[in-house]
Amino acid sequence: MKAKQKAAPPAATKALAPQEKPGWTDIPIGAVVVEAGNGVNYQTGDWRSERPVVDVDKCIHCLFCWVFCPDNAVVLHNEKFKSINYYHCKGCGICSAECPVKVITMVEEAKAQSNANDSGAADGDGNLSPKAVGKGG
Amino acid sequence: MGKLIAATGNQAVAQAMRQIDPHVVAAYPITPQTDVVEEFAAFVADGVVATEFVPVESEHSSMSTVIGASAAGVRAMTATSSQGLALMWEMLYIAAGLRLPIVMPVANRALSAPINIHGDQSDTMGARDSGWIQLYCKNQQEAYDTLIQAIRIAEHDSVRLPVMVCYDGFIVSHSLAGMELLEDDQVKAFIGKHKALHPLLDTKNPVTYGPLALFDYYFEFRRQLVEGMARAANVIEEVAEEYARLSGRYYGRYEKYNMDDAEIGVLVLGSAASTAEVVVDELRAQGVKAGLLRLRSFRPFPKAELARELSHLKALCVLDRADSPGALGGPVGVEVRSALLESAKRPAVINGIFGLGGRDTTVDLITTVYHRLMKIVDTGTVDEPLFYLGVRGGNNNGRELEAAIPQARATR
Repeated sequence: MKAKQKAAPPAATKALAPQEKPGWTDIPIGAVVVEAGNGVNYQTGDWRSERPVVDVDKCIHCLFCWVFCPDNAVVLHNEKFKSINYYHCKGCGICSAECPVKVITMVEEAKAQSNANDSGAADGDGNLSPKAVGKGG
Repeated sequence: MGKLIAATGNQAVAQAMRQIDPHVVAAYPITPQTDVVEEFAAFVADGVVATEFVPVESEHSSMSTVIGASAAGVRAMTATSSQGLALMWEMLYIAAGLRLPIVMPVANRALSAPINIHGDQSDTMGARDSGWIQLYCKNQQEAYDTLIQAIRIAEHDSVRLPVMVCYDGFIVSHSLAGMELLEDDQVKAFIGKHKALHPLLDTKNPVTYGPLALFDYYFEFRRQLVEGMARAANVIEEVAEEYARLSGRYYGRYEKYNMDDAEIGVLVLGSAASTAEVVVDELRAQGVKAGLLRLRSFRPFPKAELARELSHLKALCVLDRADSPGALGGPVGVEVRSALLESAKRPAVINGIFGLGGRDTTVDLITTVYHRLMKIVDTGTVDEPLFYLGVRGGNNNGRELEAAIPQARATR
């Protein structure tokens, strides 16, 4: 399997606070989206009630999670599992269900956030910092 | 000078559609709109127009098809009535929400049940909040003229909203009247080339139509729509003036008849205004200062203008050819009352529901309405703020007709 065939998720910009979002006079009429690929800016990670937490040490890098993830939220590096993009991960749990070595645990989001002391929002790359991955729960 | 013809309202509308020559028409036949589609399909079959005609299995599909065509970047039209409009319901909101300049003639017809094929305005009045511009026409000529203007209004850069051109089923749609057609090239020049905004088929500039917009953006897009509707007010007037220079016929957002010095007045939409004009003439001959205001643009609603035009009256009756059961009155009545609320000086306002299911609304019947207003002025009291003009039964059993006929007849 060539990981290169599937592009890494594009970097997300920082989520805008409600008052920072553009007003009705500054957006195209009819809700037409005029720029391509801007779904990456949409933070779906805050829909999550459970987050996948990966025990990277036991990961066999089969990349099943990367194949099955419906949100393109599994981040690879050199064709190996690197991290979960919690900015986009909706917490569906498919990765955890498909993992053949069962090293992806679904952890209650509130618990995970308090344990990891992390909001789950993206850093500059739209990813959690590597140290956060696998922590918590 | 254009060509003088005799045409039904539906034929007039079909002729306008022929001259507009839209890129796509998708339609499903329904009485009393049927001849529009039938005649237009013949133009397509004869090669008179270049339109891609899409016969569909329902009105939901016809509206869906023209939404797709309009988003793709072409001029798209359909036509309907009554249950057909009702079946389009969810798509009406989508056409407006996507800001697609679709133009749709609607031959107004009552809604079932009980089933009825005749003219009232319940169908389009129900769609008043869908975000469509609504223009109501008095006769065949006006239906033709308005449809042509509607293309310009809908496609105007500052509007970009769909337009319903409403005309009363059977009374206008099926009766024959003398009217003038513009020359084909005049219409072509007047409407101009269709200019698409964000066409879906422009693969070099890909866009998304119909994305999810939740609590963070939906509200902003609805606010935009309100602005487009507000801007349409001026555009309707501008287009009307330009059309008047071309045709000699001017239609603004409303039309006054003996209104400026009137003491009592009636406000009505559609063909009943023609009947009311006769009544006004008769009353004026008797020295009664009666007037008439016919509202053409129900959406956008000319609030400030109506407040200005109506505030000098002593008594006003708003006639609604649709009802809103459980509300304070018919849709027009409620709104006109609201428009007058901020005027320091305003008339006593009563609201009459009339002509439901195509019930004939005669000169005699409308005469009784003016008599009600004369009584209000004389006594200074309003007995019945909401009434059902000429309905049988209850405490109203033929009351108006009995009262009206001797008096009205005596004047002729």
